[in-house]
Amino acid sequence: MTYLIEGRDGPWELVVGLEVHAQVISQSKLFSGASASYGGEPNTHVSLVDAGFPGMLPVINRECVAQAVRTGLGLKARVNLESRFDRKNYFYADLPTGYQISQFTHPIIGEGAIEIELADGSTRMIGITRLHLEQDAGKSMHDQDPARSFIDLNRAGVALMEIVSEPDIRSPEEAGAYLRKLRMILRYLGTCDGNMEEGSMRADVNVSVRKAGEPFRTRCEIKNVNSIRYVMQAIEVEAVRQVEIWESGGSVDQETRLFDPARSETRSLRSKEDAHDYRYFPDPDLLPLVIEEAWVQDLAAHLPELPDAKRQRFQDEYGIPRYDAGVLVAEQATADFYETVARGRDPRLAANWVIGDFFAALNRTGRTIQDSPISADALGGMLDLITDGTINGKIAKDVFEEMLESGESAAEIVERKGLRQVTDTGAIDAAVQAVLDKNPDKLAEYRSGKDKLFGFFVGQVMKAMAGKGNPALVNEALKKVL
Amino acid sequence: MSLDPATVRRIARLARIGIDESDLPALQRELNGILGWIEQLNEVDIDNVEPMVGTGHAALRMREDVVTDGDAREAVLSNAPDAAGPYYTVPKVVE
Repeated sequence: MTYLIEGRDGPWELVVGLEVHAQVISQSKLFSGASASYGGEPNTHVSLVDAGFPGMLPVINRECVAQAVRTGLGLKARVNLESRFDRKNYFYADLPTGYQISQFTHPIIGEGAIEIELADGSTRMIGITRLHLEQDAGKSMHDQDPARSFIDLNRAGVALMEIVSEPDIRSPEEAGAYLRKLRMILRYLGTCDGNMEEGSMRADVNVSVRKAGEPFRTRCEIKNVNSIRYVMQAIEVEAVRQVEIWESGGSVDQETRLFDPARSETRSLRSKEDAHDYRYFPDPDLLPLVIEEAWVQDLAAHLPELPDAKRQRFQDEYGIPRYDAGVLVAEQATADFYETVARGRDPRLAANWVIGDFFAALNRTGRTIQDSPISADALGGMLDLITDGTINGKIAKDVFEEMLESGESAAEIVERKGLRQVTDTGAIDAAVQAVLDKNPDKLAEYRSGKDKLFGFFVGQVMKAMAGKGNPALVNEALKKVL
Repeated sequence: MSLDPATVRRIARLARIGIDESDLPALQRELNGILGWIEQLNEVDIDNVEPMVGTGHAALRMREDVVTDGDAREAVLSNAPDAAGPYYTVPKVVE
């Protein structure tokens, strides 16, 4: 479905490209041996390299390079065996050296693509322009003192991957789908935790508008948007702002803007007027980064199965619908949980229970799959009891709730509460007879042609048996008598 | 190529170097002299020549991903003119 902004003189098309900064998962920083872990007392995860002391030299972290390569492979992108580092120069208090080491002309990863899926089930390919390695800056705090800003350099020098998309995105929904898919791939790869609240994934959003068939018009860059929802909102309001400017005869200035979620508007960041004049030049401290083809192949051989491949395998191997497979692979932990439940069991039954009652229970109890009150094996054990006829589907729901509360196994609960399904035909026949004796009027109606009452009798018999009757046998017994 | 006074002023601002208006003509002359040199170098035909980054076939050495540094706040803050507790401080940066 095409997303258009209705202007005064007709519809406008939206053009969006995203630059995502993803913090690399590693023990130490990109160019120093200080810890890269989040938190920590202020200025304790800092080496003299990070603090920009004279004479300090950067030495690159092999694992950060490996993480960038893994990500490139996961994005089906070209891996450049030779890349370079440049200095991106700007002055800010939390950037001690006065430059960020980045990759400008020769990034480590070239073109790739991500397939996104939209709500209507359609899919689109969004191109990846490049991925490069760079350093994060420190953190400034402006609210601690009336006259001073406070600086913590713990984050300074931590490795980031900047992942740049082509201007292929045409709606806020596509931007959201792109970010979710990218985050899913990064999490599967274990190269970035994708946590936008903690700032380990942030997006700069390039937005422009145009009439259908036109070349691109001037774009604005909305910096540092820190949630997927805000990215979608920022695009929407920025596009409307630009349409209004063009339609009132003005022209959009290329500039950096900030999204204010409270007012749902974007504002110009005048302080950044020189922001695009970074005077890049090759970093004289760093030789070219050269990696071996064999190493890249080794990293490729050890990549985990990625979401798209896993989803397809779930459809093929377990015969579950595409939608269900998509829900199950959204997180690796969920996919692993499902596979444990499904192993050696009916995979559709397993999918229904995991997506249905199990997810609902997690939601209700505010738990995640990592600290789930019911283990995959325990849920599997309950499915075994359904499959072998020990309990019926209705009783299973009660057993499940009980498992949730007590943490007991399904078998223990069934024994303790005597929930075993009644398959003794004598007992079922007796219950059927009792129900018929109690409802002579209904019986007469049924016999005079009111077939729908069959369901009523089934319900009454099950009720008389406290839900424990085997539904198939109850049906059979009723049919026989009626 | 030659730089006008406005460009010289802008370069100085980007580099955070304060200059007097009276210094502009001299700086402009110096920078234009350097650019003249670069233009001479640009006359050399280097099509099909790989950029040389050093002598020999040196490439970046990589280190293993282990924490070997940090936990040295005193040393890190030792030259800070106005540290406050565990932080560096700077004159307020107003966004």
